[in-house]
Amino acid sequence: MSDLEKNAQDAVDELPPEAQEDPLYFDPEPKDGAAAHIKSFPAAPEFQEALGYPGERPENWKEVALNKMQELRGKFRSFRLFLDICVKCGSCTDKCHYYMGTSDPKNMPVARQDLLRSVYRRYFTLPGKWFPSLVGARELTEEVLDEWYTYYFQCSECRRCSVFCPYGIDTAEVTMAAREILDSVGYGMKYTNEIIGKVFKVGNNLGLPKPALESTLEDLEEEIEDDTGVKVRLPLDEPADILLVPPSADFFAEPHIDGLIGYAKVFHAAGVKWTISSYASEAANFAMFIGSYENMRRVALRIRKAAIDLGVKRIIIGECGHAWRAAYQFLNTLAGPFDFLDQNYPIPQHICEFTWDLIQQGKLRFDKSQNDHLTLTFHDSCNVARASRMGDYPGGQFDIPRNIIKAVCNNYHDMPEGTIREETLCCGGGGGLLTDDLMELRKKGGSPRMKALKHVTEEFGVNKMAAICAICKTQFSKIMPMFGYGMDDIMSVHQLVSNAIVLPGSIQEKELDGEGEEAADAAE
Amino acid sequence: MLTTVYALLFYVAFAIFVGGIAYRIWEYWNTPKPAVIPTTPAPITYAGVAWRMLKEITVFESLWKGNKWIWIFAQLFHASLWLIIIRHLRYFLEPVPELVALAQPFGKYAGLTFVLGALGLLARRMFVSRVRYISAPSDYLMLVLFLGIGLSGLGMTFVAKPDIIGVKAFFLGLMVFNWQPLPASLPLMVHLGLVALWMIIFPFSKLLHAPGVFFSPTRNMRDVPREEYHPVPWLPPIDQVEYDPPHGK
Repeated sequence: MSDLEKNAQDAVDELPPEAQEDPLYFDPEPKDGAAAHIKSFPAAPEFQEALGYPGERPENWKEVALNKMQELRGKFRSFRLFLDICVKCGSCTDKCHYYMGTSDPKNMPVARQDLLRSVYRRYFTLPGKWFPSLVGARELTEEVLDEWYTYYFQCSECRRCSVFCPYGIDTAEVTMAAREILDSVGYGMKYTNEIIGKVFKVGNNLGLPKPALESTLEDLEEEIEDDTGVKVRLPLDEPADILLVPPSADFFAEPHIDGLIGYAKVFHAAGVKWTISSYASEAANFAMFIGSYENMRRVALRIRKAAIDLGVKRIIIGECGHAWRAAYQFLNTLAGPFDFLDQNYPIPQHICEFTWDLIQQGKLRFDKSQNDHLTLTFHDSCNVARASRMGDYPGGQFDIPRNIIKAVCNNYHDMPEGTIREETLCCGGGGGLLTDDLMELRKKGGSPRMKALKHVTEEFGVNKMAAICAICKTQFSKIMPMFGYGMDDIMSVHQLVSNAIVLPGSIQEKELDGEGEEAADAAE
Repeated sequence: MLTTVYALLFYVAFAIFVGGIAYRIWEYWNTPKPAVIPTTPAPITYAGVAWRMLKEITVFESLWKGNKWIWIFAQLFHASLWLIIIRHLRYFLEPVPELVALAQPFGKYAGLTFVLGALGLLARRMFVSRVRYISAPSDYLMLVLFLGIGLSGLGMTFVAKPDIIGVKAFFLGLMVFNWQPLPASLPLMVHLGLVALWMIIFPFSKLLHAPGVFFSPTRNMRDVPREEYHPVPWLPPIDQVEYDPPHGK
């Protein structure tokens, strides 16, 4: 651990002169095999079977894998097209944060695709069948399968490469297909597949049963009452107008939970009837990470069922990046149409869209000075940035969270161009890689973001970074201490809202207006 | 003999070129796009998508964001190629349209910039270690093929001019199945042979990026997954799904 910490520190401290100019500078020379040893734990048979995959590698695994590849070619235009049309121009080669962090050439997006493309060519194209070595085609062997497992679990499916590809080739699509093929021969990943199993069994990624949720929410109600003097409810399984689906990390992890408190205060101030569902207590959908539409749908259908059972009119999703992609791009597609919900609101809606609407309507009152000890920046989470939208115009996903932060904080600075908005860098833990067995990769993959942060820390004195993603928050609270920050220097956007919001009838309101009244009295 | 070989070669090459590309387009067209996955921020309207696509195929917008050197060489290469193609229409059309006549002087010198662009791309492939790493022999050979076509063409434009009238008669004859003799000229044979080869490998190679870019779901989809219902064609309809039972039962 200490060695790793030191390495990560060195990555930032001992920068060559070029780095003074370019905050994202890294040595662009490939170092073959530099990340070959970083491998996550494969899933045990019982966890594979729970998701409908074989527990062990079948005798005819090669045939099964190739049949799966053929099947996916017929189901996904992206996969079929992307394998054909890459011209190897090289535009993506220096864009992946895992390549920047590890220098392993197989972490260059095009090289990562080629691990699979080479096999596709061998079995599915004429040139690959007739002249394999000419076109870089190769046989599918056990070594190739292991290589797939290693490097397709070093991709966080963040889509940064697709921004820079002249044909829009999205490595995430290839990674998802590769993971689906691996699963089809019993070669799944422990972390992702165990978690999907927990959702099926208990209702959320963390395996929190209803009684645990109940007591957590009660504790939070007490905490809010202690802080504000206002009884703010966090209802569970109650009939309501709004179903809130947060990532389950919001129920217990720091700084996630402060975000949940923020949502509750906003709902309270808005005067809406809302509830959380113990059945659909998870916005995350890890089945997206493994490219399984069947499992992704099974998870998504829980939200549909909860919405029907609780009789809600709206669905709002909490702060989570890939969950927002799963909701924004996939919920309607997989579990729609939602014709039984109120069509006047987006389905689903992001909590930031909800809060920003209220702010624009002037329905929320803030005391921005409560955040004056903080100087903030905002980390655009990859799935929010490149696979979703907020509001009614392209790019709203960048502006709305920033608008909220600026409405509740006085000190805000963006990180350098090229590291934010559509070119944002992944935290290093997305795509199902947020597991301790990949800690070295997470650290190295997070280093480009840390360099960009360091830049604004030095220039503007930024001391906190806000995010709207459960994975980003967990990842940063783990790796930031290795780069000279504190583990609580990553914050939820709604945590900032929670700090500043002045609830009607609260202690904070009395303090503010009390002074006002005294002043008014004095004037008389 | 020479005429017969080249006539047959061009019939075969043309059939593979057109048939192959048509087949690929049919293939891509008929493969489902099961979800709305544009790389965002993405346009919401069809007009917006058309604008995004137009920028992608004319000014290579994404490549511009990605790498300025590749962009310069790729623009040199592709813009020159367009001029060259327009100029070459004069060998297939009688009378020669005004636009084609107009492009003639530019088209001649485009041959030089075409070769320059291809050389630039080849140099990157050979000398930038990251690009060298991802290059297969076919990636180099593709550029060598273009260089061969370009240099043999330049040779005929600026050094040893073949019997252009005869060449045009040959191609006009091919089109109406009334073969005319192909003038004997070494650079011409090389040039035409390589062009036929290019047509033959097109539908089986990365040259498919040309028709393929129009089908790329991350670029050609509108960003409307919430506004419009877009079911997955190969999953059972929503009224036939089973829900997981409540927990603890």
